Amino acid sequence: MSDATLTPPAKAERRWLAPTLLALVIVAALYLVVVVYATGEVLLALTLLVIAALAVWIYSAKATYAFRYLFPGIAAALVFVVFPMLYTITIGFTNYSSRNLLEFPRAEAYFLSDTFRAEGSSYEFSLHPAGAEYRGRLVDAESGAAFQFGPLALAADRRLEVAAEPEPAGAAALPEPVTLKELIGHQKALKGITVALPDGRKVGMAGLREFAAVQPLWVKRPDGSLKNQENGSVIRANPVSGFFETEAGEKLQPGFQVGIGWDNYRRIFTEARFREPFVRIFVWTVLFSALTVLFASSLGMLLAVLLNWDALRFKGSYRMLLFLPYAVPGFISILVFKGLFNQNVGEINLILSSLFGIKPQWFSDPLLAKVMLLIVNTWLGFPYMMVICMGLIKAIPADLYEASAVAGAGPLTNFWSITLPLVLKPLTPLLISSFAFNFNNFVLIALLTGGRPDFIDTSVPAGTTDLLVSYTYRIAFQDSGQNYGLAAAISTVIFLMVAAVSLVQMRFTKVVEDEKR
Amino acid sequence: MAIVLDRSHRWRVVAAHVFLICLCALVIFPFLVVISISLRPGNFATGSIIPDTISLEHWRFALGLPFQDANGRLVEPDLPVLRWLWNSVKVATLSALICLFLSTTAAYAFARMKFRGKKQALTGLMLMQMFPSVLALVAIYAIFDRIGNAFPAFGIDTHWALLLAYSGGIALHIWTIKGYYDTIPYEIEEAAKVDGATPWQAFRLVLLPMAVPILMVVFLLAFIGAIIEYPVASILLKRQDLLTMAVGSKMFLYDQKYLWGDFAAAAILSGLPITIVFMLAQKWMISGLTAGGIKG
Repeated sequence: MSDATLTPPAKAERRWLAPTLLALVIVAALYLVVVVYATGEVLLALTLLVIAALAVWIYSAKATYAFRYLFPGIAAALVFVVFPMLYTITIGFTNYSSRNLLEFPRAEAYFLSDTFRAEGSSYEFSLHPAGAEYRGRLVDAESGAAFQFGPLALAADRRLEVAAEPEPAGAAALPEPVTLKELIGHQKALKGITVALPDGRKVGMAGLREFAAVQPLWVKRPDGSLKNQENGSVIRANPVSGFFETEAGEKLQPGFQVGIGWDNYRRIFTEARFREPFVRIFVWTVLFSALTVLFASSLGMLLAVLLNWDALRFKGSYRMLLFLPYAVPGFISILVFKGLFNQNVGEINLILSSLFGIKPQWFSDPLLAKVMLLIVNTWLGFPYMMVICMGLIKAIPADLYEASAVAGAGPLTNFWSITLPLVLKPLTPLLISSFAFNFNNFVLIALLTGGRPDFIDTSVPAGTTDLLVSYTYRIAFQDSGQNYGLAAAISTVIFLMVAAVSLVQMRFTKVVEDEKR
Repeated sequence: MAIVLDRSHRWRVVAAHVFLICLCALVIFPFLVVISISLRPGNFATGSIIPDTISLEHWRFALGLPFQDANGRLVEPDLPVLRWLWNSVKVATLSALICLFLSTTAAYAFARMKFRGKKQALTGLMLMQMFPSVLALVAIYAIFDRIGNAFPAFGIDTHWALLLAYSGGIALHIWTIKGYYDTIPYEIEEAAKVDGATPWQAFRLVLLPMAVPILMVVFLLAFIGAIIEYPVASILLKRQDLLTMAVGSKMFLYDQKYLWGDFAAAAILSGLPITIVFMLAQKWMISGLTAGGIKG
């Protein structure tokens, strides 16, 4: 390659354009970073700052010309693929879960915005729909003065302060207030709203139809603890447990995220209630991937040998039909099988019961559920193996078979002593990567069985057909606990396993590549 | 091959045909059943493969048209199938375009330029695609939750979040395109440079037009990849009218609400176009898929 590739383009006629553009980009990026920083997302702001700085450097310096082409792609891959993996490992060392969802400043802010009812007048409250949003109306119980606030969208788990305006005399009446039932539904969201009246007083929800003067419940003291204004009790943030705790040690919701070291790993590997399902699921995961690879590749190989047989006609049509399972989107064929295997109305059981009078319980019997998964996955996986094997068999020199025919060998001898040994070597890396793929075949499990039927003898919800990845998904997104930390720790363990498998695969690939040379 | 046709040979040919026909029947069976079910009235109806009475209610459901159920009531379909299909096509098209842009430029640098860390970066890309994104779901969720705090338009439950999450999965595409660039002789671009073209002009006006076939392959791969992606979409999308087909299809087959017939029609509606595209492009696809192997 010549040095010319490294010279930046001549841009004499656009000498002023580039600096202006650069300045604009810098200003816009800085503005964005400040906006993000103001929302409290420090990490995100830093990431943006680093990306923006790199971009400015790469697109302005001459030495980094090659990186101008690389930057967008590599940045996307780093931010949305590599970073999530590293972040998963980090989360594995925290107690991040639905109980410890917020970061410390946000949890503290949550307490500090909590209010209690203080002395003062109360207001009659009614909520009125305004399109998709709502308006609130407050009427002073003594003077009869009316105020309005909104319109605003009501969302739970959010605290906000809104200003109320005095209702103008003779203003059009608001639409009918919402029903009591609807009001109760919005209670949680309404409780998070503090209304500032024009005279500066702040009122909050005191009853379903009543707002009253409120005061902040907690006040931060210099040593970081929070004092209850109503009863004088004190709570302190405990950086080990991730909760604000009273002096008696009682934990208050919401908790916050803290690092807990190796605790998640200790739970997986030493606590019996986590270790037992983990080990069982691991064994099934390995078995499932190995059997899938075995069945799919055997069937694929058999078909490839048959379809390379000169004496056979209609090879093209067979090939096309047998390729079909690979061409149909996976989520559709898996769901089709979910319906076909349905125990009561599925077509497979209808046929089996009319032929043999049996109705296998595909979804409630653990063994049959596993058999079903293997059948479906073999059906999905063999066409790929078939196509790959056909290519590999075509590459075997024909004179080998001629020689063996002269020696009087039959087709079986041909297969075992010529075809298989010659195909197996280049096939091995693909078999290993297929193993790794099925090891993490989340879509099949999630769409077909959802991991069910569950173990009945474990205290943690876990399924007999769960793979490690779907087990992780359950812990993080389905169970009530939403234990992201534990799920991330298990994911990290899977990372290590996949890395080990990949190392083996690369070694085999290298052997194949070296022999080709 | 020496050919001596004896009786055992004929018998073997027949046996092979019988075996292949049985297997083809097994492969086709689910598809035939699905077509038949989509035309049968009712969601629990059983019957022969060729339905006795043809009813278009499931197709009307899939297309979002009101239909009459068995009791004669007019039913409005409650699952927005066409909407999901549109979401899928929209997200997949945009995501494929983004992937194409990001990977063609990066592959150009890898194929034609010298820079420090090139070999390591290529190996790194190879390693990256060995770890499926399903392992990082927790982090992806947490990241987009945070992004959503600052920019609601890019947070959980938006299509932008999905597009961003997909934009990183370009490692394999970079390798595929780089492999193709490597087969195009460099002399042509060099000639253009001698005539005064900048590297950017040489890339856009000389190399890219010659690489159109591989760009189409990569576009299709990325498009199909985004259409069938389930794990990331299932955690990032929650609202029913935002779902993609891959996530929405699951809603047909809950135990409490079992819409087998409606699912069959929706599955054909969404699966057939993708299958046809895939079958037409399979020759390129397979060469594209295997070209991802380690080359260096």
